[in-house]
Amino acid sequence: MKLHNIAINNLRRRKTKALFLLMGLMIGVTSVVALLTATRVMKEDIVHKMEEFGANIIITPRSEGISLNYGGLSLGGISFDLREIAETDLAKIRTIKNADNIRTVSPKIFGAFENRDRKALVVGVNFASELSLKPWWKLSGAAPKTDEEILAGQEAAERFGLKPGSPITIKDKEFRISGILNLTGSQDDSLFFMKLPMAQEIFNKTGKVAMAEVAAHCGNCPITEIVRQISERIPAAKVTAVQQVVEGRMGTLAGLQKLSLGISAIVLLVGAMVVFVTMMASVNERTREIGIFSAIGFRRSHIMRIILLEALIVSFTAGVIGYLAGIGGTHFFLPFFIGKIAGFTPDPIVAAGSLLLSVLIGLAASFYPAMTASKMDPSEALRTL
Amino acid sequence: MSYIHVNNVVKEFGNGSGKVSAVSGINLSVEQEAFISVMGESGAGKSTFLSMIGGLLRPTQGEILIGDIDIYGLKRDKLADFRREFMGFIFQSFQLVPYLNVLENVQLPLAVTHHSEKEKKSLALSALERVNLGDKARRLPNQLSGGEQERVAIARAVVNEPPILFADEPTGNLDSKNSDDIMNLLKALNAEGQTIIMVTHSMANAEFGDRIIEIRDGKVEEN
Repeated sequence: MKLHNIAINNLRRRKTKALFLLMGLMIGVTSVVALLTATRVMKEDIVHKMEEFGANIIITPRSEGISLNYGGLSLGGISFDLREIAETDLAKIRTIKNADNIRTVSPKIFGAFENRDRKALVVGVNFASELSLKPWWKLSGAAPKTDEEILAGQEAAERFGLKPGSPITIKDKEFRISGILNLTGSQDDSLFFMKLPMAQEIFNKTGKVAMAEVAAHCGNCPITEIVRQISERIPAAKVTAVQQVVEGRMGTLAGLQKLSLGISAIVLLVGAMVVFVTMMASVNERTREIGIFSAIGFRRSHIMRIILLEALIVSFTAGVIGYLAGIGGTHFFLPFFIGKIAGFTPDPIVAAGSLLLSVLIGLAASFYPAMTASKMDPSEALRTL
Repeated sequence: MSYIHVNNVVKEFGNGSGKVSAVSGINLSVEQEAFISVMGESGAGKSTFLSMIGGLLRPTQGEILIGDIDIYGLKRDKLADFRREFMGFIFQSFQLVPYLNVLENVQLPLAVTHHSEKEKKSLALSALERVNLGDKARRLPNQLSGGEQERVAIARAVVNEPPILFADEPTGNLDSKNSDDIMNLLKALNAEGQTIIMVTHSMANAEFGDRIIEIRDGKVEEN
């Protein structure tokens, strides 16, 4: 027979009261977990979609020129000093503080060529990086495997009358079409793509790149910070973030997250009030019993321990059930609101946090009732002596 | 030699013009292993007196010594320890904890001691055997008769073998048969060496004691 037996037996016998106490806290924990998980999942979903969208950082050579374009209409430009980026400089991207957030770096070199009185642009790329960056690319045929193979955008292939396996001469060098890029609706449709080293060789730009597209995960880091870090490492390059829209959405989500936290705080406050009122009522109801404990020699700390132990058991249980209900509810209901979600993994921090929060609120709200119980005068409590 | 000394104890409730004197200057000495019956009319102050001598109600004035310890000179927790070690209480309306079974109720005073779980159980079972309830250890209080509940209360009071037993109308809710059983049990405990101070309305029960005192208007009238 120990103090915890008294606490457990009391909870067992007063099931309805224990259940009411549990529900008060559980609803609070469920709401908090559901709100936090929903906003986290939505954020992850946006990040995931952003990654699917492709590059979010563009690295171009720094130039003293002025770009003249408006609304997508290029008006030409005045260039005073055009530098190119050394291919070796791109390796420095992997040494920035947030290097772990860099998913793909795709360097490019451009060159124009003329074939049968038709002009076109060829882009030298690293196909592994490019295909990783543009998962929406669909090919008829295959991506180039050798230096002599090239990939043609659909419009370019039609203009030159090419199909997979067709030969084409570029800068006096024979190439073979390995595949045709299905329509993407972008400028890629009118381009040819070949391996980067070959393009550098035929356009006499060995070791140089004209630009690089970078895909960075930015779920938990500001993209502007990555841009700053890359700019520091490659001073010769102009590094630009291309995700204002995504950041805008993230901003909205951050606002939503704050609102969620506000609502959670109110719900938890109500839960704490329920615990306080129920515990206080329980203490008043158990006046005689507490009088007995005191009369037979329980110290104030012993009586407090019994009350707080009951609160601990109930709040821990409420934390566990509340967390599971919150996670389960979000997993089940969220797709109805935002459609198919990219991924759903329970967050251990939310799990531990919700348990801790539940226990802390349960104990804090029970502290005053426990103090009141421990201060009871035994003779007053018993009233029979 | 006296074991319990009650020196000029006064208890007043309320303050100012609403002040009521429940006990007004009681002096009493109790020998070790004595069986004292305290009688008096309702409201005479006998329960207040028992509460004070039992370390449950601090007197307004005066001192209570048990052995040579001034019990109200002890801090609250130390007084609780003292009650646990030296005093057992038998209440009029049993005061069993309804959600604990008989065995657990009897073990209650041991819940905060350093006995092993095995020892606690063994002591509680032996106390239950002493009141002939060894076979009802797993029952809940509401599954017992009034007499049985009172015997559980006695077992709880003696489980840690305190030298002093306080009983407040221990037979107040019992029929005559059960009442006699309880009184014989208390007499047996006294014969085994326990000092008993019992409040009762019944002269028949009071006569089980070896000394009868009467409290009238907060004072010991007859000794």
